[in-house]
Amino acid sequence: MAQTQIRIGGFGGQGVILSGIIIGRAAAIHAGLNATLVQSFGPEARGSSSSAELIVSSEPIWYPYVKHLDMLVVLSQDAYNKFSPALRPRGLLVTEADLVKPEPPIPGARHFVVPATRLAEELGRKIVLNIISVGFFGAVSQLMPLEAIERAVKESVPPGTLDLNLKAFRKGWEAGEQALKQAPAMA
Amino acid sequence: MSERANPVERYLRSDRIPHIWCPGCGIGTTVNCFTRAIDESGIPMDRLAVVSGIGCTGRVAGYMHVDSFHTTHGRAIPFATGLKLAAPGMKVVVYSGDGDLFAIGGNHFIHAARRNLDMTVVCVNNLTYGMTGGQLTPTTPEEAIASTSPYGNFEQPFNLPYLAESCGAVYVARWTTYHVTHLKKAMREALLKKGFSFVEVISPCPTLYGRRNRIGDGLDEVKTYKQRSVIRNGAPTSEVSLGMTGPIVVGKFVDRERPTYQDAMDQFYARKLGDRYARASQ
Amino acid sequence: MHADPAGVLTGAHFLDGDHAACEGALAAECRFVAGYPITPSTEVVERIAQRFPLVGGVFIQMEDELASSIAIAGAVWGGKRAMTVTSGPGFSLMMEHVGFAVMTETPCVFINVQRGGPSTGLPTLPAQADMMQARWGSHGDYEIIALSPNSPQECFDLTFKAFNLAEQYRVPVLVMMDECVGHMMERVVIPRAEELEIYPRRWTKAAPGEYLPFAPGEDLVPAMARAGQGYRFHMTGLTHNERGYPDMSVAAQARLVARLTDKIRKNADALQDVVEDGVDGADVVVVCYGITSRVALPAIEACRASGLKVGWLRLRTVWPFPERLIRDLASGLRAFVVPELNMGQIVREVERCAGAARVVGVPHAGGTVHDPAVIERAIREAVR
Repeated sequence: MAQTQIRIGGFGGQGVILSGIIIGRAAAIHAGLNATLVQSFGPEARGSSSSAELIVSSEPIWYPYVKHLDMLVVLSQDAYNKFSPALRPRGLLVTEADLVKPEPPIPGARHFVVPATRLAEELGRKIVLNIISVGFFGAVSQLMPLEAIERAVKESVPPGTLDLNLKAFRKGWEAGEQALKQAPAMA
Repeated sequence: MSERANPVERYLRSDRIPHIWCPGCGIGTTVNCFTRAIDESGIPMDRLAVVSGIGCTGRVAGYMHVDSFHTTHGRAIPFATGLKLAAPGMKVVVYSGDGDLFAIGGNHFIHAARRNLDMTVVCVNNLTYGMTGGQLTPTTPEEAIASTSPYGNFEQPFNLPYLAESCGAVYVARWTTYHVTHLKKAMREALLKKGFSFVEVISPCPTLYGRRNRIGDGLDEVKTYKQRSVIRNGAPTSEVSLGMTGPIVVGKFVDRERPTYQDAMDQFYARKLGDRYARASQ
Repeated sequence: MHADPAGVLTGAHFLDGDHAACEGALAAECRFVAGYPITPSTEVVERIAQRFPLVGGVFIQMEDELASSIAIAGAVWGGKRAMTVTSGPGFSLMMEHVGFAVMTETPCVFINVQRGGPSTGLPTLPAQADMMQARWGSHGDYEIIALSPNSPQECFDLTFKAFNLAEQYRVPVLVMMDECVGHMMERVVIPRAEELEIYPRRWTKAAPGEYLPFAPGEDLVPAMARAGQGYRFHMTGLTHNERGYPDMSVAAQARLVARLTDKIRKNADALQDVVEDGVDGADVVVVCYGITSRVALPAIEACRASGLKVGWLRLRTVWPFPERLIRDLASGLRAFVVPELNMGQIVREVERCAGAARVVGVPHAGGTVHDPAVIERAIREAVR
């Protein structure tokens, strides 16, 4: 598998970094791949905005920062505005349905919309929005099998919240699978 | 002769005598009192460590026949902190001067007192930097001449017992080198006190402080301190500041109980972590 | 001697370099850490604070870096393996106690997660600009050991190694991380305790009456006594004799300083720790360390793809500098290229040893890592 450069962006408190850690952990520990994760530090990355840079590859990874995004997940409008121009042609774009208006659109992007806020509300806990997005991304990205990411979720969330988070993950994954089916032309 | 050997000789490194201190200096007197205090305390010499900083009093560690550590300027207390936490079975004494402990090392003093680390700090306060030639320290009285205050000092000095008490020391006493019996007793009490104990000793520096301030030789300086001293055990420490003239209030000012840093840590972690808490091995 | 399993978090983890360094220290039986918070190193002590009460360690957050850097010396003489952790401004404050640890031969570890400087600089962004400070930052003449990890895995490996080297040579060992390696997450595999070999402290076997605390053994390193065991030894930062007593003579100074430097210099070959790729037969060798050694690889691969013979020489141990190796390589080379996140520090060492070979530095003020394209250009120009 060639190197895949991924960015997950949102605002502070959404659990964006944890989402990145789950995907990185899944790749590096459970899927037999290499993964690096770098968080953006610095004043502009604190408080209002937050993002994780991930590289996943079957080969060793030397340069740890992302340059041209193969995949972008955005959970805030700011993140969309800031990061979407770096998406490669035919790159994978996941935007949150209620929080992001994908304008201007990125022509040629394989664009999926995750209704994470709505699904989280269905589970009664808005806080699992990030884990729903991880599940959704896992399904549409087809980077790794479900089991690899699910194990990483189990290992990364507080024990008391495990059931809720696993439900959220599955819900997100199912939504992602459905979205993939409905968009055969893009796959 | 062996039967009548000097009772404190075994506490000193005779192979390092003569010491470096000037005639009339009070540091030797404090060391004499300290050895007698150790003797009376019953603390085994193998379990005692003396840690010093830099300066005339900083040389005390090197003359004590115990595990002794001559550290860097101002940092005897944090060294002693590490030593005590690593070897809790040891009695750790920091022995240093006013400049070392309260100028460059002042931050460490206040935090060690706040934490109530189980150690004794002896400050030989000769009101000046001796080893570097008699400069101003944070305890030099107002008006006093020092090489860096040639017209006299206009800074307000520290009142050390007040500082120590405010920061949390559980034992605070002050004597002068005239009060050898009181001093020895205070040092013994401090050694046996669990927690952060502090003994200030007002001590002559005839070569620099005494000469510049026209006090005379070492004996004259001790006489002055004797005449000016007023014993007031239990005096509020806010009332014991020192001037060029006027009374030197001496006595035991503070003797109270507080959990030590290590006891607080052990109890706290045992409560919070239960069986998961692994106490440090010694 | 194997590591105490209580401190070894065996298994595969997804960790950043700061957390991995903490685990390296735990595996190395470090049981005393004094620290003061400073970005980007704080995560190391945060994890220590969480882990230590569970494994019998003592962590204390001191009032400043001066205190932290000497509290560890106290703990070492009290019998513990100890370290402190900091970044740029804190490292500057610790310099006096690097020298103190050298002079008193106190085995201890300093971790510096380097950030952009000078002064407050770039607290949250990487640099490698403290490499000369690591070597020369304390006053006086001395030798230390400095290691440079290029991944979270190596933050574990080299922190573990640092403790062993500190004990073996009785010298402070500096682990020179950088913000990028410190905050980057990757797979970190921690072996089982029985696979981790601990170099035990060199406790003296002499009886208290016969013990000379600073009398060297054959390898120039003296055996140590622990406080509270009846040795009643003295140690001082002053120039001292074998008994540990101050000795202000020219002869004592000559003897002591020569031994303190020789115990490292004479073991420079044993201490050498480099990783090579394609160095034999190369026209140009890229000498690099830490995060820059990773960033240089895409550049090297691009040059190789166009037929250039480029070698990669990565220093895991930067100090002592592998002089002999660089001199040996120099005779068969056209050029060395030295990229680093500073305005030219280790490049000076390479220049010193390069003979007739060209030396091309690729400086960078820090704040991010090099663009590999810049290193690639430097390599191409070096052999033009």
